[in-house]
Amino acid sequence: MMDEQFAEGDSLLHKRDPKAKIIASAIFITAAALTRSSTAAAMFLAFAAILCALTGLPLRPILKRLLAVNSFTFFLWITLPPTYGGNEFITLGPLSLSVEGIRLAALITLKTNAVVLAIIALLGTSRIANTGHALETLHLPQGLCFIMLFSYRYIFVIYQEYQRLVRAARLRCFKPATNIHTYRTFGYLFGMTLVKSWNRASRVHQAMILRGFDGHLIPLSQDRYRRSDTLFLLVILTLTLSIALVGFQYP
Amino acid sequence: MSKQPLIELRNISYLYPHSTGPILENLNFSTQEKHIGVIGSNGCGKTTFFQIIVGLLTPTAGQLLFHGKEIKDKNRMRDLRREVGFLFQNSDDQLFSPTVIEDVAFGPLNLGYSQTAAKKTAIETLAKLGLEGFEERITHRLSGGEKKLVALATILAMEPKMLLLDEPTNNLDPKTRLRLISILQGLDLHQIIISHDWDFLEQTGSTLYRIEDGHIHRCEEDHIHVHSHIHKAGDYPHRHGH
Repeated sequence: MMDEQFAEGDSLLHKRDPKAKIIASAIFITAAALTRSSTAAAMFLAFAAILCALTGLPLRPILKRLLAVNSFTFFLWITLPPTYGGNEFITLGPLSLSVEGIRLAALITLKTNAVVLAIIALLGTSRIANTGHALETLHLPQGLCFIMLFSYRYIFVIYQEYQRLVRAARLRCFKPATNIHTYRTFGYLFGMTLVKSWNRASRVHQAMILRGFDGHLIPLSQDRYRRSDTLFLLVILTLTLSIALVGFQYP
Repeated sequence: MSKQPLIELRNISYLYPHSTGPILENLNFSTQEKHIGVIGSNGCGKTTFFQIIVGLLTPTAGQLLFHGKEIKDKNRMRDLRREVGFLFQNSDDQLFSPTVIEDVAFGPLNLGYSQTAAKKTAIETLAKLGLEGFEERITHRLSGGEKKLVALATILAMEPKMLLLDEPTNNLDPKTRLRLISILQGLDLHQIIISHDWDFLEQTGSTLYRIEDGHIHRCEEDHIHVHSHIHKAGDYPHRHGH
Protein backbone atom coordinates (compact mmCIF):
# COMPACT_ATOMS: atom_id res chain seq x y z
CA MET A 1 0.00 0.00 0.00
CA MET A 2 2.67 2.49 0.96
CA ASP A 3 5.41 1.35 -1.39
CA GLU A 4 7.65 4.08 -2.62
CA GLN A 5 8.30 2.09 -5.74
CA PHE A 6 9.37 5.04 -7.87
CA ALA A 7 11.87 6.29 -5.28
CA GLU A 8 14.18 3.30 -5.82
CA GLY A 9 16.73 4.06 -8.46
CA ASP A 10 20.01 5.64 -9.32
CA SER A 11 19.15 7.83 -12.28
CA LEU A 12 20.03 11.44 -12.91
CA LEU A 13 16.64 12.44 -11.52
CA HIS A 14 16.86 10.22 -8.44
CA LYS A 15 20.12 11.90 -7.51
CA ARG A 16 18.76 15.44 -7.63
CA ASP A 17 18.13 17.27 -4.40
CA PRO A 18 14.41 17.14 -3.53
CA LYS A 19 14.39 20.93 -3.07
CA ALA A 20 15.34 21.40 -6.72
CA LYS A 21 12.75 18.85 -7.76
CA ILE A 22 9.98 20.48 -5.74
CA ILE A 23 10.68 23.88 -7.31
CA ALA A 24 11.00 22.34 -10.77
CA SER A 25 7.69 20.52 -10.46
CA ALA A 26 5.96 23.65 -9.14
CA ILE A 27 7.14 25.60 -12.18
CA PHE A 28 6.24 22.82 -14.60
CA ILE A 29 2.80 22.15 -13.11
CA THR A 30 1.84 25.84 -13.04
CA ALA A 31 2.90 26.37 -16.65
CA ALA A 32 1.24 23.17 -17.88
CA ALA A 33 -1.98 23.82 -16.01
CA LEU A 34 -2.33 27.39 -17.25
CA THR A 35 -1.66 26.86 -20.95
CA ARG A 36 -4.61 27.07 -23.34
CA SER A 37 -2.76 25.88 -26.40
CA SER A 38 -2.99 22.23 -27.45
CA THR A 39 0.40 22.53 -29.14
CA ALA A 40 2.03 23.63 -25.89
CA ALA A 41 0.13 20.96 -23.93
CA ALA A 42 1.39 18.28 -26.32
CA MET A 43 4.94 19.62 -25.92
CA PHE A 44 4.58 19.56 -22.12
CA LEU A 45 3.45 15.95 -22.37
CA ALA A 46 6.44 15.07 -24.52
CA PHE A 47 8.76 16.88 -22.10
CA ALA A 48 7.31 15.03 -19.11
CA ALA A 49 7.56 11.73 -20.98
CA ILE A 50 11.25 12.41 -21.66
CA LEU A 51 11.80 13.18 -17.95
CA CYS A 52 10.07 9.90 -17.09
CA ALA A 53 12.26 8.04 -19.56
CA LEU A 54 15.33 9.57 -17.91
CA THR A 55 14.35 8.03 -14.56
CA GLY A 56 14.77 4.54 -16.02
CA LEU A 57 11.68 3.35 -14.15
CA PRO A 58 9.79 0.34 -15.50
CA LEU A 59 6.97 1.22 -17.86
CA ARG A 60 4.19 -0.93 -16.44
CA PRO A 61 3.64 0.77 -13.07
CA ILE A 62 3.78 4.18 -14.78
CA LEU A 63 1.13 3.13 -17.30
CA LYS A 64 -0.96 1.81 -14.43
CA ARG A 65 -0.91 5.24 -12.77
CA LEU A 66 -1.83 6.88 -16.07
CA LEU A 67 -4.71 4.45 -16.47
CA ALA A 68 -6.05 5.51 -13.08
CA VAL A 69 -5.89 9.19 -14.02
CA ASN A 70 -7.41 8.67 -17.43
CA SER A 71 -10.40 6.95 -15.94
CA PHE A 72 -11.32 10.51 -14.93
CA THR A 73 -10.56 12.12 -18.29
CA PHE A 74 -12.64 9.34 -19.88
CA PHE A 75 -15.73 10.93 -18.37
CA LEU A 76 -14.79 14.25 -19.96
CA TRP A 77 -14.68 12.51 -23.34
CA ILE A 78 -18.16 11.14 -22.75
CA THR A 79 -19.68 14.39 -21.53
CA LEU A 80 -17.87 17.28 -23.22
CA PRO A 81 -18.20 16.58 -27.00
CA PRO A 82 -22.02 16.06 -27.03
CA THR A 83 -22.81 18.94 -24.66
CA TYR A 84 -20.22 21.68 -25.17
CA GLY A 85 -21.87 23.56 -28.02
CA GLY A 86 -20.06 26.00 -30.33
CA ASN A 87 -20.20 26.47 -34.12
CA GLU A 88 -18.61 23.38 -35.63
CA PHE A 89 -20.16 19.96 -35.31
CA ILE A 90 -19.33 16.48 -36.48
CA THR A 91 -22.30 14.21 -37.06
CA LEU A 92 -21.80 10.64 -35.98
CA GLY A 93 -24.99 8.67 -36.55
CA PRO A 94 -27.61 10.16 -34.23
CA LEU A 95 -24.96 12.19 -32.31
CA SER A 96 -23.66 15.61 -33.20
CA LEU A 97 -20.34 16.23 -31.50
CA SER A 98 -18.98 19.68 -30.84
CA VAL A 99 -15.49 20.20 -32.27
CA GLU A 100 -14.82 22.70 -29.51
CA GLY A 101 -15.77 20.07 -26.95
CA ILE A 102 -13.43 17.51 -28.47
CA ARG A 103 -10.64 20.08 -28.48
CA LEU A 104 -11.23 20.92 -24.85
CA ALA A 105 -11.35 17.26 -23.80
CA ALA A 106 -8.10 16.67 -25.69
CA LEU A 107 -6.44 19.70 -24.10
CA ILE A 108 -7.40 18.57 -20.59
CA THR A 109 -6.25 15.01 -21.28
CA LEU A 110 -2.85 16.21 -22.55
CA LYS A 111 -2.35 18.50 -19.56
CA THR A 112 -3.41 15.91 -16.99
CA ASN A 113 -1.09 13.26 -18.35
CA ALA A 114 1.77 15.73 -18.62
CA VAL A 115 1.35 16.79 -14.98
CA VAL A 116 1.08 13.21 -13.68
CA LEU A 117 4.17 12.11 -15.61
CA ALA A 118 6.09 15.13 -14.32
CA ILE A 119 5.09 14.35 -10.74
CA ILE A 120 6.22 10.74 -11.13
CA ALA A 121 9.54 11.84 -12.63
CA LEU A 122 10.22 14.71 -10.24
CA LEU A 123 8.47 14.08 -6.93
CA GLY A 124 8.09 10.31 -7.17
CA THR A 125 11.84 9.83 -7.38
CA SER A 126 12.45 11.11 -3.84
CA ARG A 127 11.37 9.44 -0.63
CA ILE A 128 8.43 11.10 1.09
CA ALA A 129 10.57 11.72 4.18
CA ASN A 130 13.18 13.60 2.15
CA THR A 131 10.52 15.56 0.29
CA GLY A 132 8.97 16.48 3.65
CA HIS A 133 12.29 17.69 4.99
CA ALA A 134 12.92 19.60 1.77
CA LEU A 135 9.58 21.36 2.12
CA GLU A 136 10.61 22.33 5.64
CA THR A 137 13.92 23.76 4.39
CA LEU A 138 11.97 25.69 1.77
CA HIS A 139 10.24 27.39 4.73
CA LEU A 140 6.83 25.87 4.33
CA PRO A 141 4.91 26.01 7.63
CA GLN A 142 6.39 23.36 9.92
CA GLY A 143 2.95 22.18 10.97
CA LEU A 144 2.02 21.29 7.42
CA CYS A 145 5.26 19.36 6.90
CA PHE A 146 4.59 17.43 10.12
CA ILE A 147 1.11 16.54 9.02
CA MET A 148 2.41 15.29 5.69
CA LEU A 149 5.19 13.17 7.19
CA PHE A 150 3.05 11.72 9.94
CA SER A 151 0.07 10.98 7.71
CA TYR A 152 2.47 9.10 5.50
CA ARG A 153 3.81 7.09 8.44
CA TYR A 154 0.48 6.37 10.10
CA ILE A 155 -2.04 5.98 7.28
CA PHE A 156 -0.65 2.49 6.94
CA VAL A 157 -1.10 1.75 10.65
CA ILE A 158 -4.62 3.22 10.72
CA TYR A 159 -5.48 1.18 7.66
CA GLN A 160 -4.16 -1.95 9.39
CA GLU A 161 -6.26 -1.26 12.46
CA TYR A 162 -9.32 -0.79 10.31
CA GLN A 163 -8.56 -4.04 8.49
CA ARG A 164 -8.18 -5.84 11.81
CA LEU A 165 -11.63 -4.67 12.91
CA VAL A 166 -13.19 -5.61 9.58
CA ARG A 167 -11.60 -9.06 9.84
CA ALA A 168 -12.97 -9.49 13.36
CA ALA A 169 -16.44 -8.58 12.09
CA ARG A 170 -16.15 -10.94 9.14
CA LEU A 171 -15.02 -13.80 11.37
CA ARG A 172 -18.30 -13.43 13.19
CA CYS A 173 -20.13 -13.83 9.90
CA PHE A 174 -20.76 -10.16 9.19
CA LYS A 175 -21.93 -9.74 5.62
CA PRO A 176 -22.57 -6.21 4.36
CA ALA A 177 -26.07 -5.71 3.01
CA THR A 178 -28.46 -2.79 2.55
CA ASN A 179 -29.89 -2.72 6.04
CA ILE A 180 -29.65 -0.81 9.26
CA HIS A 181 -27.48 -3.50 10.86
CA THR A 182 -24.82 -2.99 8.17
CA TYR A 183 -24.89 0.78 8.47
CA ARG A 184 -24.63 0.59 12.23
CA THR A 185 -21.75 -1.90 12.05
CA PHE A 186 -19.79 0.28 9.63
CA GLY A 187 -20.50 3.23 11.87
CA TYR A 188 -18.99 1.31 14.78
CA LEU A 189 -16.01 0.23 12.70
CA PHE A 190 -15.21 3.78 11.59
CA GLY A 191 -15.79 5.08 15.09
CA MET A 192 -13.53 2.47 16.67
CA THR A 193 -10.83 3.15 14.08
CA LEU A 194 -11.01 6.83 14.99
CA VAL A 195 -10.78 6.13 18.73
CA LYS A 196 -7.92 3.68 18.30
CA SER A 197 -6.04 6.09 16.05
CA TRP A 198 -6.49 8.84 18.59
CA ASN A 199 -5.14 6.64 21.38
CA ARG A 200 -2.23 5.60 19.25
CA ALA A 201 -1.47 9.20 18.36
CA SER A 202 -1.26 10.13 22.04
CA ARG A 203 1.02 7.16 22.78
CA VAL A 204 3.29 8.11 19.88
CA HIS A 205 3.36 11.67 21.16
CA GLN A 206 4.41 10.37 24.59
CA ALA A 207 7.17 8.32 23.01
CA MET A 208 8.41 11.42 21.19
CA ILE A 209 8.37 13.58 24.32
CA LEU A 210 10.34 10.94 26.23
CA ARG A 211 13.03 11.16 23.60
CA GLY A 212 13.39 14.89 23.98
CA PHE A 213 10.97 16.11 21.29
CA ASP A 214 9.96 19.73 21.88
CA GLY A 215 8.13 20.62 18.70
CA HIS A 216 11.04 20.82 16.29
CA LEU A 217 11.65 17.98 13.91
CA ILE A 218 15.34 17.85 13.14
CA PRO A 219 15.98 15.99 9.90
CA LEU A 220 18.83 13.53 9.59
CA SER A 221 19.21 14.88 6.14
CA GLN A 222 21.61 13.38 3.69
CA ASP A 223 20.56 15.59 0.80
CA ARG A 224 22.98 18.21 -0.25
CA TYR A 225 22.15 20.90 -2.74
CA ARG A 226 24.83 20.84 -5.41
CA ARG A 227 25.70 23.01 -8.36
CA SER A 228 24.29 20.34 -10.67
CA ASP A 229 20.93 20.87 -8.97
CA THR A 230 20.96 24.54 -9.96
CA LEU A 231 21.89 23.52 -13.50
CA PHE A 232 19.03 21.03 -13.51
CA LEU A 233 16.62 23.70 -12.28
CA LEU A 234 17.79 26.12 -14.97
CA VAL A 235 17.28 23.53 -17.71
CA ILE A 236 13.76 22.73 -16.53
CA LEU A 237 12.93 26.42 -16.15
CA THR A 238 14.22 27.34 -19.65
CA LEU A 239 12.42 24.47 -21.36
CA THR A 240 9.18 25.12 -19.48
CA LEU A 241 9.23 28.81 -20.32
CA SER A 242 10.04 28.11 -23.98
CA ILE A 243 7.07 25.75 -24.24
CA ALA A 244 4.88 28.36 -22.53
CA LEU A 245 6.03 30.91 -25.14
CA VAL A 246 5.18 28.47 -27.94
CA GLY A 247 1.75 28.30 -26.34
CA PHE A 248 1.34 32.06 -26.73
CA GLN A 249 2.47 31.90 -30.39
CA TYR A 250 0.12 29.05 -31.35
CA PRO A 251 -2.93 29.34 -29.13
CA MET B 1 26.55 3.11 42.97
CA SER B 2 25.96 6.69 44.01
CA LYS B 3 24.64 7.40 47.48
CA GLN B 4 21.38 8.86 46.26
CA PRO B 5 19.05 6.50 44.43
CA LEU B 6 18.45 7.59 40.84
CA ILE B 7 14.69 7.59 41.31
CA GLU B 8 12.65 7.80 44.47
CA LEU B 9 8.87 7.94 44.83
CA ARG B 10 7.50 9.33 48.09
CA ASN B 11 3.87 8.79 49.08
CA ILE B 12 2.75 8.78 45.49
CA SER B 13 -0.96 8.48 44.79
CA TYR B 14 -2.62 8.44 41.43
CA LEU B 15 -6.28 8.57 40.59
CA TYR B 16 -7.41 8.20 36.99
CA PRO B 17 -10.12 10.68 36.07
CA HIS B 18 -13.61 9.12 36.16
CA SER B 19 -12.43 6.14 38.19
CA THR B 20 -13.81 5.08 41.53
CA GLY B 21 -10.64 4.70 43.56
CA PRO B 22 -6.95 5.54 43.27
CA ILE B 23 -4.87 3.03 41.34
CA LEU B 24 -1.75 3.86 43.37
CA GLU B 25 -2.01 5.03 46.98
CA ASN B 26 0.82 6.27 49.21
CA LEU B 27 3.33 4.33 47.22
CA ASN B 28 6.96 4.48 48.34
CA PHE B 29 9.76 3.17 46.24
CA SER B 30 13.39 3.80 45.47
CA THR B 31 15.78 2.22 43.04
CA GLN B 32 18.17 0.52 45.41
CA GLU B 33 18.87 -2.62 43.47
CA LYS B 34 20.30 -2.61 40.01
CA HIS B 35 17.84 -5.08 38.56
CA ILE B 36 14.25 -4.85 39.68
CA GLY B 37 11.36 -6.97 38.49
CA VAL B 38 7.82 -5.73 38.97
CA ILE B 39 4.97 -8.18 39.03
CA GLY B 40 1.27 -7.80 39.66
CA SER B 41 -2.05 -8.70 38.15
CA ASN B 42 -3.46 -7.03 35.04
CA GLY B 43 -4.65 -3.50 35.67
CA CYS B 44 -2.93 -3.21 39.05
CA GLY B 45 -1.06 -0.07 37.98
CA LYS B 46 2.30 -1.37 36.78
CA THR B 47 2.32 0.75 33.62
CA THR B 48 0.94 3.73 35.57
CA PHE B 49 3.91 3.31 37.91
CA PHE B 50 6.31 3.66 34.97
CA GLN B 51 4.42 6.60 33.49
CA ILE B 52 4.71 8.44 36.80
CA ILE B 53 8.46 7.80 36.98
CA VAL B 54 9.05 9.46 33.60
CA GLY B 55 6.52 12.21 34.17
CA LEU B 56 3.97 11.19 31.56
CA LEU B 57 1.42 11.23 34.36
CA THR B 58 1.47 13.77 37.17
CA PRO B 59 0.70 12.08 40.49
CA THR B 60 -2.34 13.34 42.37
CA ALA B 61 -0.20 13.46 45.52
CA GLY B 62 3.40 12.73 46.52
CA GLN B 63 6.88 13.54 45.32
CA LEU B 64 9.10 12.27 42.54
CA LEU B 65 12.81 12.56 43.38
CA PHE B 66 15.60 12.36 40.83
CA HIS B 67 19.12 12.02 42.26
CA GLY B 68 17.58 12.86 45.62
CA LYS B 69 16.01 16.13 44.50
CA GLU B 70 12.40 16.79 43.73
CA ILE B 71 11.54 17.48 40.10
CA LYS B 72 10.26 21.03 39.91
CA ASP B 73 10.65 22.23 36.35
CA LYS B 74 10.68 21.10 32.74
CA ASN B 75 14.45 21.11 32.36
CA ARG B 76 14.94 18.71 35.26
CA MET B 77 12.29 16.49 33.75
CA ARG B 78 14.22 16.55 30.48
CA ASP B 79 17.36 15.44 32.31
CA LEU B 80 15.42 12.64 33.96
CA ARG B 81 14.01 11.48 30.64
CA ARG B 82 17.47 11.41 29.20
CA GLU B 83 18.76 9.18 31.99
CA VAL B 84 15.69 6.98 32.24
CA GLY B 85 14.68 5.22 29.03
CA PHE B 86 11.21 3.69 28.76
CA LEU B 87 10.62 0.74 26.42
CA PHE B 88 6.91 0.65 25.61
CA GLN B 89 4.82 -2.47 25.53
CA ASN B 90 3.92 -1.87 21.89
CA SER B 91 6.88 -1.00 19.68
CA ASP B 92 4.62 0.40 16.97
CA ASP B 93 3.95 3.31 19.32
CA GLN B 94 7.63 3.95 19.68
CA LEU B 95 8.84 3.82 16.09
CA PHE B 96 7.50 6.75 14.12
CA SER B 97 10.15 7.65 11.57
CA PRO B 98 10.06 6.15 8.10
CA THR B 99 13.49 4.55 8.34
CA VAL B 100 15.30 2.83 11.21
CA ILE B 101 18.30 5.17 11.16
CA GLU B 102 16.09 8.26 11.40
CA ASP B 103 14.24 6.76 14.33
CA VAL B 104 17.37 5.83 16.25
CA ALA B 105 18.94 9.23 15.54
CA PHE B 106 15.80 11.10 16.66
CA GLY B 107 16.75 11.13 20.35
CA PRO B 108 20.39 12.16 19.86
CA LEU B 109 19.30 14.95 17.47
CA ASN B 110 16.88 16.26 20.10
CA LEU B 111 19.72 16.17 22.63
CA GLY B 112 21.58 18.59 20.41
CA TYR B 113 23.98 16.24 18.63
CA SER B 114 25.13 17.32 15.18
CA GLN B 115 23.71 15.33 12.29
CA THR B 116 27.00 13.52 11.76
CA ALA B 117 27.35 12.70 15.45
CA ALA B 118 23.72 11.57 15.72
CA LYS B 119 24.13 9.31 12.73
CA LYS B 120 27.35 7.86 14.14
CA THR B 121 25.73 7.16 17.52
CA ALA B 122 22.74 5.58 15.79
CA ILE B 123 24.90 3.28 13.67
CA GLU B 124 27.01 2.27 16.67
CA THR B 125 23.94 1.54 18.80
CA LEU B 126 22.41 -0.59 16.06
CA ALA B 127 25.69 -2.47 15.68
CA LYS B 128 25.85 -3.10 19.42
CA LEU B 129 22.47 -4.83 19.22
CA GLY B 130 23.48 -6.87 16.20
CA LEU B 131 21.30 -4.81 13.86
CA GLU B 132 23.94 -3.91 11.30
CA GLY B 133 22.45 -3.20 7.91
CA PHE B 134 19.07 -2.20 9.35
CA GLU B 135 19.73 1.53 8.83
CA GLU B 136 17.62 2.06 5.73
CA ARG B 137 14.92 -0.50 6.57
CA ILE B 138 11.36 0.84 6.74
CA THR B 139 10.21 0.75 10.37
CA HIS B 140 6.64 -0.38 9.82
CA ARG B 141 7.76 -3.33 7.71
CA LEU B 142 9.98 -4.88 10.39
CA SER B 143 8.88 -8.06 12.14
CA GLY B 144 7.60 -7.86 15.72
CA GLY B 145 10.92 -8.99 17.19
CA GLU B 146 12.94 -6.62 15.02
CA LYS B 147 10.67 -3.75 16.03
CA LYS B 148 11.30 -4.51 19.70
CA LEU B 149 15.08 -4.50 19.22
CA VAL B 150 15.02 -1.32 17.13
CA ALA B 151 12.82 0.34 19.78
CA LEU B 152 15.44 -0.64 22.35
CA ALA B 153 18.12 0.87 20.10
CA THR B 154 16.22 4.18 19.90
CA ILE B 155 16.40 4.38 23.70
CA LEU B 156 19.97 3.17 24.12
CA ALA B 157 21.11 5.78 21.58
CA MET B 158 20.32 8.41 24.22
CA GLU B 159 22.79 6.71 26.60
CA PRO B 160 20.43 6.32 29.57
CA LYS B 161 21.47 5.15 33.02
CA MET B 162 18.28 3.25 33.68
CA LEU B 163 15.84 1.30 31.58
CA LEU B 164 12.15 0.84 32.27
CA LEU B 165 10.97 -2.20 30.34
CA ASP B 166 7.22 -2.79 30.07
CA GLU B 167 6.62 -6.47 29.37
CA PRO B 168 9.55 -6.68 26.97
CA THR B 169 9.22 -10.38 26.17
CA ASN B 170 5.53 -10.24 25.26
CA ASN B 171 4.85 -11.75 21.85
CA LEU B 172 8.49 -12.53 21.16
CA ASP B 173 9.46 -15.87 19.68
CA PRO B 174 11.88 -17.97 21.81
CA LYS B 175 14.91 -17.01 19.72
CA THR B 176 14.31 -13.26 19.86
CA ARG B 177 13.44 -13.58 23.55
CA LEU B 178 16.81 -15.19 24.28
CA ARG B 179 18.52 -12.56 22.18
CA LEU B 180 16.82 -9.79 24.17
CA ILE B 181 17.80 -11.49 27.45
CA SER B 182 21.45 -11.71 26.45
CA ILE B 183 21.41 -8.08 25.30
CA LEU B 184 19.89 -6.91 28.58
CA GLN B 185 22.36 -9.01 30.58
CA GLY B 186 25.20 -7.38 28.69
CA LEU B 187 24.09 -3.83 29.52
CA ASP B 188 25.61 -2.11 32.51
CA LEU B 189 22.42 -0.24 33.34
CA HIS B 190 19.83 -0.11 36.08
CA GLN B 191 16.75 -1.96 34.91
CA ILE B 192 13.19 -2.08 36.13
CA ILE B 193 11.25 -4.74 34.32
CA ILE B 194 7.50 -5.29 34.32
CA SER B 195 6.88 -8.85 33.27
CA HIS B 196 4.73 -11.91 33.68
CA ASP B 197 7.61 -13.96 32.33
CA TRP B 198 9.16 -15.45 35.48
CA ASP B 199 12.03 -17.21 33.74
CA PHE B 200 12.97 -13.92 32.15
CA LEU B 201 12.98 -12.07 35.48
CA GLU B 202 15.11 -14.84 36.96
CA GLN B 203 17.60 -14.73 34.12
CA THR B 204 18.05 -10.99 34.43
CA GLY B 205 18.76 -11.49 38.13
CA SER B 206 16.03 -9.20 39.35
CA THR B 207 14.87 -8.44 42.86
CA LEU B 208 11.12 -8.84 42.74
CA TYR B 209 8.59 -6.24 43.75
CA ARG B 210 4.85 -6.74 43.67
CA ILE B 211 2.28 -4.04 43.08
CA GLU B 212 -0.91 -4.81 44.94
CA ASP B 213 -3.79 -2.65 46.17
CA GLY B 214 -1.99 0.54 45.15
CA HIS B 215 1.21 -0.26 47.05
CA ILE B 216 4.51 -1.76 46.08
CA HIS B 217 6.25 -4.34 48.29
CA ARG B 218 9.50 -6.12 47.97
CA CYS B 219 8.85 -9.85 47.81
CA GLU B 220 11.00 -10.74 50.83
CA GLU B 221 9.66 -14.20 51.45
CA ASP B 222 9.57 -15.40 47.90
CA HIS B 223 12.81 -16.41 46.33
CA ILE B 224 13.14 -16.74 42.65
CA HIS B 225 14.11 -20.26 41.76
CA VAL B 226 14.24 -22.37 38.71
CA HIS B 227 12.90 -25.85 38.08
CA SER B 228 14.74 -27.83 35.51
CA HIS B 229 12.52 -30.25 33.71
CA ILE B 230 11.98 -31.63 30.29
CA HIS B 231 8.97 -31.84 28.05
CA LYS B 232 7.83 -31.14 24.52
CA ALA B 233 7.93 -27.50 23.39
CA GLY B 234 9.75 -26.79 26.65
CA ASP B 235 11.90 -24.17 24.94
CA TYR B 236 8.81 -21.93 24.69
CA PRO B 237 8.14 -19.58 27.62
CA HIS B 238 5.41 -21.24 29.62
CA ARG B 239 3.94 -21.52 33.06
CA HIS B 240 3.01 -24.46 35.18
CA GLY B 241 0.17 -24.81 37.60
CA HIS B 242 2.30 -25.19 40.71
